[in-house]
Amino acid sequence: MCLSIPSKVVKIDRENEVATVDTMGVQREASLSLMSEEEISIGDYVLLHIGFVMNKIDEAEALDSLALYREIIDAMNEEDRQLAILEADECPSRGN
Amino acid sequence: MELELKNLYDDFRDADTIKAYAKIINEDAAKLKNPINIMEVCGGHTHTIMKYGLPQLLPSNIKFIHGPGCPVCIMPKERIDHAYVLSMQPEVILVTLGDMIKVPGSNGSLQDARSRGADVRFVYSPLECLKIAKENPTKKIIFFAIGFETTTPMTAALLDAVIKMGIKNIYFHINHVTVPEVMRELIDSRDIHVDSYNNKIDAFLGPSHVSVISGSKIYEEFPRDYNRPVVVAGFEPVDVMQAISMVVKQFIEGRCELEIEYKRLVTYDGNLKAQELMSRYFDKADLFKWRGLGNIPKSGLKLKLEFKEYDAEVIYKDVLPIGEIEDHKLCICGDILRGMASPPECTIFGTACKPTSPIGSCMVSSEGACAAYYKYGNLV
Repeated sequence: MCLSIPSKVVKIDRENEVATVDTMGVQREASLSLMSEEEISIGDYVLLHIGFVMNKIDEAEALDSLALYREIIDAMNEEDRQLAILEADECPSRGN
Repeated sequence: MELELKNLYDDFRDADTIKAYAKIINEDAAKLKNPINIMEVCGGHTHTIMKYGLPQLLPSNIKFIHGPGCPVCIMPKERIDHAYVLSMQPEVILVTLGDMIKVPGSNGSLQDARSRGADVRFVYSPLECLKIAKENPTKKIIFFAIGFETTTPMTAALLDAVIKMGIKNIYFHINHVTVPEVMRELIDSRDIHVDSYNNKIDAFLGPSHVSVISGSKIYEEFPRDYNRPVVVAGFEPVDVMQAISMVVKQFIEGRCELEIEYKRLVTYDGNLKAQELMSRYFDKADLFKWRGLGNIPKSGLKLKLEFKEYDAEVIYKDVLPIGEIEDHKLCICGDILRGMASPPECTIFGTACKPTSPIGSCMVSSEGACAAYYKYGNLV
């Protein structure tokens, strides 16, 4: 019911308030009647739900999230690496 | 980096990110004084939580309570019976979203009505009504409208088009419901009996797509008046894990706030054009009866009086059944929707009641807690 799909706008028919959007390779039409005039442009990422564009995806926010995820994964990997070094240092059989 | 469509799918489902958040949550949760019960209000979140096995990644002092945010699950039999009776009128084509196919009413489901000769059409979009009305000028097309704030503007947009195009054979049966009222009801009903419940709601994950429409502003009262943090979360597993991490951080830092995790789509104000369409056509109904939860004041919407010529409930009031209907005796959907019970506690779960032959509504919709448990196994 509420699971909407991120899609990319590939064509806009302003007169009929309709956009053609690409959802992972599948193209379909979606109504723009919930969006303000000129709010949506070709190339925008949008959320599609039951035949309507619900909102535009904020690219800067999405990229911020992805950058944050990269950071926390790097931090985790670094921590794991440090732990591995520590464990290796404490390994009693080392050098034997 | 340049954002691509696949980032919006894959990167928010990334196993390493989920693991990294699990680690952060586990470290933070060790500092908690008390356990936290987080209610995910929305069935979409329940589905994600079960599908990705998220409870297994969390420490024992953080638990999910599944909420009532599944429009199909909370649809009372009385309203299904309305749809059934309307569909049986010879001049009517009843149109609704696909989610409604199997929901049992007292005479059966809309699928049963169809097999008994009714013209029922399950559509992907409300806009399909326009085409159906054009192809069937002698019929009355009734759109049985369901859903929370996520789908309400689309119903309003259809009515807007009907009026602008001067279409005379499309009508509406409105069953739209609103989220804040049911959240309030869930806290209030618990606080009265707070001693008898050990599953107090400590915090909420705010619904994703309701919030895209309504903005996060609709949850302001919960941290302010009820002392319950709310984090508006997206539907992907990484979104859910990040939101849980945000909730836990609020508790260890002694904060109680409204926050947005789903910033790529949700703002404080939401989609103002959609809100304007909703308020143009809908008023709050005095009461809406929720399956399992009973009557909740001001929690449903109705068409404004000035649009009564489009209102199927007004036009067909002589044939629509009235009176209350009891739920199935063995089904505990009510307790499940309240977050008071878990699906496996139900005696008919997975035996008499399955997705292929649902007795209760929580088994009908893929967003229902019972269906999610049945499909993904009892992981909690």
